[in-house]
Amino acid sequence: MSEPLITLEHVTRTFMVKGKSITAVDDINLEIPAGELLCLVGESGCGKTTTGKMIAGLLPTSSGRILHRGSDITKLEGRDRKAYRLGVQMVHQDPYASLNPTQTIYEILAAPLQHHSFTRGDRETKQRICQLLEIVDLTPPDDFLEKYPHQLSGGQRQRVSVARALTVLPEFIVADEAVSMVDVSIRISLLKMFTRLKEEMGVGVLLITHDLALAKYFAWDGRIGVMYLGRMVEIGPARQVVDHPQHPYTQVLLSAIPEADPDVTRAKQRIELRSADMPSLLRLPSGCTFHPRCPAFIGEVCEKIVPPLKKGQWDCSVACHLVQSYES
Amino acid sequence: MPDPILSVRNLSIAYQARRGQVQAVRDISFEVERGESVALIGESGSGKTTVGLGLMRLLPTTARIVGGSVVYRRPATGSSPASQTDVLALDGGSLRQFRWSECAMVFQSALNALNPVLRISEHFADTARAHGYLSGSALRDRSMQLLSMVRLDPDRVWRSFPHELSGGMRQRVLIALALLLEPQLLILDEPTTALDILTQRNIMDVLKDLRQKLGFSMLFISHDLALAAELADRVATVYAGEIIEIGNVRTIFRTPYHPYTIGLIKAVPTLTSDKSSLISVPGSPPDLIDLPTGCKFHPRCPLAGERCIREETALEEVASRHEVACWRWPDARQVLKSYQARA
Repeated sequence: MSEPLITLEHVTRTFMVKGKSITAVDDINLEIPAGELLCLVGESGCGKTTTGKMIAGLLPTSSGRILHRGSDITKLEGRDRKAYRLGVQMVHQDPYASLNPTQTIYEILAAPLQHHSFTRGDRETKQRICQLLEIVDLTPPDDFLEKYPHQLSGGQRQRVSVARALTVLPEFIVADEAVSMVDVSIRISLLKMFTRLKEEMGVGVLLITHDLALAKYFAWDGRIGVMYLGRMVEIGPARQVVDHPQHPYTQVLLSAIPEADPDVTRAKQRIELRSADMPSLLRLPSGCTFHPRCPAFIGEVCEKIVPPLKKGQWDCSVACHLVQSYES
Repeated sequence: MPDPILSVRNLSIAYQARRGQVQAVRDISFEVERGESVALIGESGSGKTTVGLGLMRLLPTTARIVGGSVVYRRPATGSSPASQTDVLALDGGSLRQFRWSECAMVFQSALNALNPVLRISEHFADTARAHGYLSGSALRDRSMQLLSMVRLDPDRVWRSFPHELSGGMRQRVLIALALLLEPQLLILDEPTTALDILTQRNIMDVLKDLRQKLGFSMLFISHDLALAAELADRVATVYAGEIIEIGNVRTIFRTPYHPYTIGLIKAVPTLTSDKSSLISVPGSPPDLIDLPTGCKFHPRCPLAGERCIREETALEEVASRHEVACWRWPDARQVLKSYQARA
């Protein structure tokens, strides 16, 4: 098997909040092969954004290592370091805040191209920019070159953000809630654009989202990882995770999601939590952090022992004492 | 026998902007029946929040009600007989009386709607005092009862400041507070947006439960189709400041006729939907200052023809209790194919 593009080894991140240490991401292990479509889902505060930022190199880990093609990203130098910094790009959540309002679309896209010498001369730069705008479906490109971000809609701005990430020919894009601020009617076309980047250019995408239905759609042939209070509780092929969830938390989440279909949503079987309140990150429960709320709670083992992420059924890995291990 | 608690007729609201007039709401008519739950769904900038604010007469000063009427019909309760109120004509004391005691609103963004320096108990006391409602221990009992109805621990929440509560708890406090004066109609603007899935579920369950117990009517405004599917009896789709389709919740989700409604519903992935069935509506919503001619959806519509560009549409009844504003509605079945072909 070829070397994964990105590897997370026991990655943990803590933050100091008012003199207290909180663990936002706790011991995550993950291998991402080149060209994979991966979704991280979870509720706010589960550490999915922090994980994404660490992968993109925007935030150091507190302990553990992140490897890019087998080398620790904190120890990269020279050409390898540049290959990583350019190779992994980030698209932020808010397209209203992530573009410089005083620059035209041309200027926004020309800066990285010229700075990293991807193009030479104005003519080549313009040509490349038009190509990029076509890739992200902003056509005809000439209509957009001289526009400022405020003249574009949210969806168009997000496309510019993606085009900007593509200027440096990345192999992997971390997209943090990249479509949640975009109107419903055009979300699918943005996601389709990401899928096309993978198919045509081999660009892998990590999409961070709280919407499991969207995650299933996007990572159809890829994987979904479900996080809860800083830990990965279940990860596996997208359709398996959604159609046959094994971790009680994933099951609860899926049963709670309202569906855009009156018959389906009103007939849905709900799983009740033992407690509705999300524990504070400042006082994390012992053992399995889900135990105070878990409907399948079985007692002491859940309270005392942190369940390791182990192979469950259907190529999924699950962190729960109740799930039988299928490790050979 | 229709028995509307709220009748909105030809309501138009415009904002004054430097570039010109923003026609945020244009000629909207709908009714909310007694005990009914109606959802206004639409994307950002469609004018749905402006409708809500207009009904409560809470519009900012840059906005102007251009025309139309809003009539609220109060049922006979106890000693007071049934009455009819022209909401747009209310002022001063009568407007204050209407707000909250007859019709209450839960605002978008629960995080900012409570006063950060007042305890939850003081929010209830403030509201009661301003409206000459209960006081002292009677108020306390009533408030505590409402707080437990929204599934909060009243003893804990009563003495808390807003910052001590999570987003979902604050949203539930706001719902309890809105219901304090026993309003007949509750308007909710994006009641679950920005909340986590499990919290959203909790809010939806609370609302269903309350409506069953207290029997108020509900008008909620949301871009979330799933919320409408879950809570609404009737759904109205809003596009560019107009209601373009309205009908029973099942009708709207099963057999929508407007190309925009069809596109919107097919653009939202569900847990069971197949990858290939999803589509996206091309283009983006129009500029409300410089609206297109004819049907406002025609620049994005795969079925648009001559007439759509030329002539304005109006709601037309296509089946019992199902109205659509589209010249091409009989051909609606073709729309999906066109969307899919484009994608």
